[in-house]
Amino acid sequence: MKILKKISLGMALITGITIAISGTAITAEPVKVGFIYIGPPGDHGWTYRHDIGRKAVEAHFGDAVETTFQENVPEGPDAVRAITQMALSGHDLIFTTSYGYMDQTLAVAKKFPNVKFEHATGWKTADNVSNYGLKLYQSRHVQGVIAGLMTKTNKICYVASFPIPEVIREINTFYLGAKTQNPDVEVQIVWVYTWYDPGKEADAAQAMIDNGCDVITQHTDSPAPLVTAEKAGLVGFGQASDQTPFAPNAQLTGTIDNWDPYYIDRVQAVIDGTWEGHGTYFGDISEGAVGMAPFANMPQNVMDIAMDVRAKITNGTYFAFTGPLKDQSGELRLKDGEVASRMMLDTMDWYVEGITAKYPD
Amino acid sequence: MDVSSISPTLLIASLIVASTPIMLAAIGELVVERAGVLNLGVEGMMITGAICGFIVAYETGSPIYGVIASILGGAALSLIFAILTQFFLANQVASGLALTLFGLGFSALIGKGYTGITPPDMSSPNLGFLTEIPFLGKMLFEHDYLVYLAFSIILLVSIFLRYTRQGLILRAVGEDHSSAHALGYKVIRVRVLAILFGGGCAGLGGAYISLIRVPQWAEGMTHGAGWIALAIVVFASWKPMRILFGAWLFGGLTVLQLNLQAAGVSEINLILFKIPLQVQYLTMAPYLITILVLVLMSARALSNAPGSLGKSFHVSD
Repeated sequence: MKILKKISLGMALITGITIAISGTAITAEPVKVGFIYIGPPGDHGWTYRHDIGRKAVEAHFGDAVETTFQENVPEGPDAVRAITQMALSGHDLIFTTSYGYMDQTLAVAKKFPNVKFEHATGWKTADNVSNYGLKLYQSRHVQGVIAGLMTKTNKICYVASFPIPEVIREINTFYLGAKTQNPDVEVQIVWVYTWYDPGKEADAAQAMIDNGCDVITQHTDSPAPLVTAEKAGLVGFGQASDQTPFAPNAQLTGTIDNWDPYYIDRVQAVIDGTWEGHGTYFGDISEGAVGMAPFANMPQNVMDIAMDVRAKITNGTYFAFTGPLKDQSGELRLKDGEVASRMMLDTMDWYVEGITAKYPD
Repeated sequence: MDVSSISPTLLIASLIVASTPIMLAAIGELVVERAGVLNLGVEGMMITGAICGFIVAYETGSPIYGVIASILGGAALSLIFAILTQFFLANQVASGLALTLFGLGFSALIGKGYTGITPPDMSSPNLGFLTEIPFLGKMLFEHDYLVYLAFSIILLVSIFLRYTRQGLILRAVGEDHSSAHALGYKVIRVRVLAILFGGGCAGLGGAYISLIRVPQWAEGMTHGAGWIALAIVVFASWKPMRILFGAWLFGGLTVLQLNLQAAGVSEINLILFKIPLQVQYLTMAPYLITILVLVLMSARALSNAPGSLGKSFHVSD
């Protein structure tokens, strides 16, 4: 470490001298920004949208930044190796874009106090670690409303990845949305324990279709469940990006993750020297960070209701996690009028009342 | 909710679909191993077949051409393995692993522009009155061509290995390549042909995923199916018809656990005992049971392994 410090000090001196000699103070080294991806950028879902964010950074800053990424990094110990590698190779800012990189990001950040880290969708921070996420549950609630109105069998299905707070809260809000329109609705949940396995995701959707579901929702990263819905002549929702090309007749709408503004903002902060840790960005539908694909394949009255709900969520007059709200066991989680805190949303580990599926613990 | 909401007909129908890719890859690998070659590159050949089939099916608009291309793609990749191991006598394990890594990267590269599109539909044969049979009709006779092709390949391989002279030669080469050579059989030629056959089958299995089961192209979409296929060959103790059961067991457990979850079954009643079903256990069940059966069978199964499996052959030996 000492040697490294000496070398970097020397480098800094040399750079300083060069700049002083050349007389132009702005010819700085480009800011190096790294991204750790859970899947391939070609997944057309989660990672695809993060990569679009990365490209937006490149387009915005041009030669002032240099971006790199590593794809298909498994959550867990392997992530430590990948993040360390990035920190060692001179990156100034590193975005780790999956929930399961949380502790790994913090562990690496401790060893590299001069490198700035940003972890997506978790809740832990440090002096050089910020946390960022999107309120994707806002769009999910609108999907729930649509699903409740569209189902004929009263069974709507949910292909779920891992039982972590961001997935649980979206299942909850989806169900709450559906129930506002259809009190008899029932949500079936299949856990596939993977973010990305098109074959398995398709099989899970098929299993639920066989079991009587007629609206397919997913919280995994490939369009496979939606394509399965299309094949079966049913309807469903896109995930993370507009997946109309995959399922022109099946996609009702879908969440579009928009990371671009945040990424540009944070890189700018690094360039300006104003970047700080302990950030807790939570992108909102009102600022365009949470987008929705065009509403399609539904009757006009359904579309009107959905538009109305979306408008209310956007202007802040409606929030699904408002008390009174009970969990599956009947315990009161939110008192009358109480609004769920960020901490409650970020650590949610219970199903709301009415979901009959067993909580996977 | 209870188990009764799961329809056995639909369950078996989706079981057959889920097991077809591993069945195809496994029967190919079985022939390769019976010829005495261990090719660990199944995953790489499957994914290459998946993308080659997808690209050609999309560009020509014909799923048939896609299927042919997937076979050629898988076989072409296996040719690299054949050249490395049969002519340059490279280590088979290392070459096979390299083939998998290469296949995954190569397919991602050539598949760059093919994400986000849907391939042309593969029509299913109309089996007329057979589909009208209650219960069995929907279960067995409403599948696509490739499902029936996979069954036929297994049957033909079984007949080939057991009853034909060429099959006997292939087995002889696998059991003891020096003796086969002494008898005047072309060991290398037989092995190269077997490797190409294995590559073609793996490619076809990959195309089943990208053209029918999912159907779309996504990087790394075979997701370990090739490794399962390798395990199933051992599971089947190198006997073709048993591939069928190995693939069904694995595919069946995968589909069953998804169906149990969908039906919200949280416990199973076994007369007096209530067995709680945790999602995590259900998810690992296919792998767990595959390992278990492998262990139980291994003593007997391994004695069935071809004698020269994994050994390089050179005339000077």
